Amino acid sequence: MSMQLEESPTTDGEVISNYTINFGPQHPAAHGVLRMVMELDGEVIERIDPHIGLLHRGTEKLIEHKTYLQALPYFDRLDYCSPLAQEHSYVLAIEKLLNIEVPIRAQYLRVLFAELTRICNHMLNMGAHILDVGAFTPNLWIMDLREDCLNFFERASGARMHSAYFRPGGVHQDVPEKLLVDIGDWLDNRFFQLFEDAMSLVLDNRIFKQRNVDIAVVGRDDAIAWGFSGPMIRAAGIPWDLRKSQPYDVYDRMEFDIPVGTNSDCYDRFMVRVKEVYESAKIIRQCLRDMPQGPIASTDGKVSPPKRGEMKQSMESLIHHFKLYTEGFHVPAGEVYVATESPKGEFGVYLVSDGTNKPYRCKIRPTAFSHLQAMDFMCKGHMLPDATAILGAIDVVFGECDR
Amino acid sequence: MAVLHSAPKYASNEGVIEVLSESISVWLIEAHEAHGELIFRVQRDAVARVLEILRDDHAYQQLMEIAGADYPSRPERFEVVYMLQSLTKNHRVMVKCSASEDTLVPTVTTLWPNAGWLEREVFDMFGVTFAGNPDLRRILTDYGFEGHPFRKDFPMTGYTELRYSEEEKRVVYEPVELAQEMRSFDFLSPWEGADYELPGDEKSRGAPNVADPKTTEKPADTGDGAKADAAASKPVSPGSPDQKDTGKDAPPAPEPTAKEGGR
Repeated sequence: MSMQLEESPTTDGEVISNYTINFGPQHPAAHGVLRMVMELDGEVIERIDPHIGLLHRGTEKLIEHKTYLQALPYFDRLDYCSPLAQEHSYVLAIEKLLNIEVPIRAQYLRVLFAELTRICNHMLNMGAHILDVGAFTPNLWIMDLREDCLNFFERASGARMHSAYFRPGGVHQDVPEKLLVDIGDWLDNRFFQLFEDAMSLVLDNRIFKQRNVDIAVVGRDDAIAWGFSGPMIRAAGIPWDLRKSQPYDVYDRMEFDIPVGTNSDCYDRFMVRVKEVYESAKIIRQCLRDMPQGPIASTDGKVSPPKRGEMKQSMESLIHHFKLYTEGFHVPAGEVYVATESPKGEFGVYLVSDGTNKPYRCKIRPTAFSHLQAMDFMCKGHMLPDATAILGAIDVVFGECDR
Repeated sequence: MAVLHSAPKYASNEGVIEVLSESISVWLIEAHEAHGELIFRVQRDAVARVLEILRDDHAYQQLMEIAGADYPSRPERFEVVYMLQSLTKNHRVMVKCSASEDTLVPTVTTLWPNAGWLEREVFDMFGVTFAGNPDLRRILTDYGFEGHPFRKDFPMTGYTELRYSEEEKRVVYEPVELAQEMRSFDFLSPWEGADYELPGDEKSRGAPNVADPKTTEKPADTGDGAKADAAASKPVSPGSPDQKDTGKDAPPAPEPTAKEGGR
């Protein structure tokens, strides 16, 4: 601890030393189990040392002991606020190694549910951010919208959160027509009314702005050097979105805009997410409009399982099914790094295959790692309560950060 | 090979490998393209220099990830893989170097501030040491943890477990005790590269001698050693007992019992 040696006019010549406090590991504003050792000078943050890893479960090691298909549900459990976005990176990595074609309807379904996940994730993050800086009501309202999203996931996959819906080669099962109709209805008649009501309470609110505007300003060059991605880099004014610049699935058929910030502060990060919700809704509408009929998983029997009906008729299908759910499929040896735009930023999977039915190594690039690392740099010179606003605007979830 | 998958499409790899290889040729060991990924293997001591050239001269502005990997059969068992991304060229490359437990990999915290935690993670999980990293503490594992869990020879269960002890009123660490043995299922098909022998397979070692078939002269030649031959040469059964006439008649059939009409 450094001592403040110069005489201060406000303390009447008395020497005040910095002190260290412990923020977390169990703190309502820490969005999980984050421990931050903070060195404070009065109420001003001098230094932050985030201690992470309290939720480390060794996911990558567990994945090495599972077949490719068995490892899929682990991805739901990383960032448990946006499960499908992470499955997306993983299945694309497998498909890149296998080089298999995914039917167009499956690609549309994936994009549709990835965007629904984005809305779902932003509802949670914005609600929590608003709550962290002192407003209560909007969180309750938009949590209701998140609930609607979870119901849609349940109707598609059978599970509210840990869906395991995206599979190598496509998706697990087709959705009922009524579900697509209901999603469209929900966007038209319910979602925006409630969302806009909630946002009208905070966007021009004086207290909300005082807590967020000009907090943790990060310049363009810093944002690049610190490895920022997602809303964090877009708030810095860089129109970088992997859905646009490195399109996967049918994102290249979608028309949408990339909202960017101008000031690169917490308010901009929040606003980027607000605008992204509108863009996601746009993409969902396009998916609903253009989605063709057809198969929802690769027709390659060595990768995706046969239909139940086929299995009763054909010996070959039965063997395929048996082989897929015992041995699994083999992936050609090689290594790929596949990154997609998850709601929080770039979520990457570095997959090394040795040609067998289990991944040799699966390194997960969490979005929060780079962002959280910049906490010290972003918080320096800010007040203690600003730390919660900064943390809220990072959008960190520890399931993913600690893996 | 035609691209069938729908994974992220970034700028073309065409010609990139030649251009980059030329400017880092001094330190380059090998460069190749596979599955649409460009991978440059460089000398360990020059990693920082190579990445600096890629960042400054070739516009790979962002370091997205540093991944470790363990290949125990290699002389230098670890691999450190750097994923670079160019925002202006919309392109990605991987740069990798090998390392072992007692080698030093130069840090890249001087180039990118976010390399600090990424290197800490590789150190924590694999035990690769980075020279020059100002804060090379463990990051994901517990305070006071020993060993490097992502090495292939580190068991999945670990060595210690912790629980809250009601007697001592605190968390205690104990050696791992499994109520059931760790199950590891190997579903690899024995027809496709499993390296173990199924029970019974040892009989098929060496082809059977079909030119000189094994035959026997009499039943006592069992072909299974002297002990079996001796057992086989004994008569199978002592034969049926002789029938002797005792001079008496056999006892008559019993009288019928159902006279009263009842059961």
